[in-house]
Amino acid sequence: MPLTREQITQRAARELRDGFIVNLGIGMPTLVANCIPPGMDVWLQSENGLLGIGPFPTDDNVDPDLINAGKQTITARPGASCFSSADSFGMIRGGHIDMCILGAMQVSQEGDIANWMIPGKMVKGMGGAMDLVAGVKRVVVTMEHNSKDGGAKLVKQCSLPLTGQRCVHMVITELAVLELDEARRRFVLTEVAPGIGADEVKAKTEAEIIIGPGVKTIEV
Amino acid sequence: MNKVYETAAAAFADLKGKGVVRDGMTVMVGGFGLCGIPEQLILALRDTGVKELTCISNNAGVDDWGLGLLLQTRQIRKMISSYVGENATFEKQFLSGELEVEFNPQGTLAERIRAGGAGIPAFYTATGVGTPVAEGKETRRFFRPSEDTAYHNRQRQRGGAAATAPTAPPAPPAQQRDYVLETGLFADLALVKAHTADPIGNLRYNKTARNFNPMMATAASFVIAEVEELAPLDEIDADGVHTPGNFVDRVVRTVSVKRIEQRTVRKA
Repeated sequence: MPLTREQITQRAARELRDGFIVNLGIGMPTLVANCIPPGMDVWLQSENGLLGIGPFPTDDNVDPDLINAGKQTITARPGASCFSSADSFGMIRGGHIDMCILGAMQVSQEGDIANWMIPGKMVKGMGGAMDLVAGVKRVVVTMEHNSKDGGAKLVKQCSLPLTGQRCVHMVITELAVLELDEARRRFVLTEVAPGIGADEVKAKTEAEIIIGPGVKTIEV
Repeated sequence: MNKVYETAAAAFADLKGKGVVRDGMTVMVGGFGLCGIPEQLILALRDTGVKELTCISNNAGVDDWGLGLLLQTRQIRKMISSYVGENATFEKQFLSGELEVEFNPQGTLAERIRAGGAGIPAFYTATGVGTPVAEGKETRRFFRPSEDTAYHNRQRQRGGAAATAPTAPPAPPAQQRDYVLETGLFADLALVKAHTADPIGNLRYNKTARNFNPMMATAASFVIAEVEELAPLDEIDADGVHTPGNFVDRVVRTVSVKRIEQRTVRKA
């Protein structure tokens, strides 16, 4: 059975480590915040200038001056800090963020990522995505394994304009978990969804991938 | 010295005459989404009737608020932004070719403004290398600053260790990576939003409404700040000032609407 969106999110949350500073992308990655293991201290950074995102506010606690990168109203947890966009991206570019989790339209076999524009369609802009993939220590992508028309999203070479080059460390889809082998510059299949075979993953992937020794089943 | 004006309109009243507000000028406007935008100053700028603006702002407001208002009146010719999602007026004018757009990665935009205000003409960044953003720009290889330090530490250790016994195997040399040259930005006018100001223009921001405002306050020939509270001189602690008053030309206290784009709540 392929993973549900919730299960992909839960699998991504298992990449978090105690004390990590983490930036979560808009959409599915944002939901990782709900899956932080109890007792683990993870600090969420919002690129519009907050370190220490708290839960969403209650109705009488909404503050228009306190939002996340998705423009949602949020709260700040005890110990949080506010800073300018220049400081925020200094934090990101300077390698002071341990991990980011974000979505993608395409990831190449060398770890390139494309997630901001489709030529011929209305371009909304890259926001902070290019800075995040260029500066954060570990880049985890959560995405559907294939596009709606069945085409591969893990490809030999991205056909879409890039967001960043050779920057993705891990890809989590409804079918599999793949980790980049830096020396060989290829993704290694390390985990498959329950009931999914390594051959099926390979068949649905255009990128040249390495089937790791001892491929595990994703715990759900 | 008193930089305080009673209304946003009053703060703009003589600026055309002084040549500060003129067609074709470049304006920086603070804010992230609708958070921390100088909303009443945007309305006052619209009412001056100035045209052919180049606007440097992370976003472009929504159809009927923020910079969206100046798009509706077709006063903006070009936007320099990182993301312009929620605006149908923008989309229409962009697709028809009326509106020119230059997309900058958000961190690059923030740093270009910071650099411009700090007198730095250009800087190298790894952001955007290998993407359309780097096309036509100079690229150069450097060590990442943190790796540069680590590399020189290793060099020194190896030199010292050679006299005694080699302990650890020599570490692989640090890898240089590509960086792209980006230029500083400076505007004719900056409109910023802060929470508190004093009569000489010292500013304090509130929470994530700070965003692009502090850098923009340093990167324009003329700076107007919209605030919610005016504090008497000396009430803002010197250590608590976010933007020193010398950067700010005029201050206006307004009653802000502070519209929320995505009101998201949990059950109490």
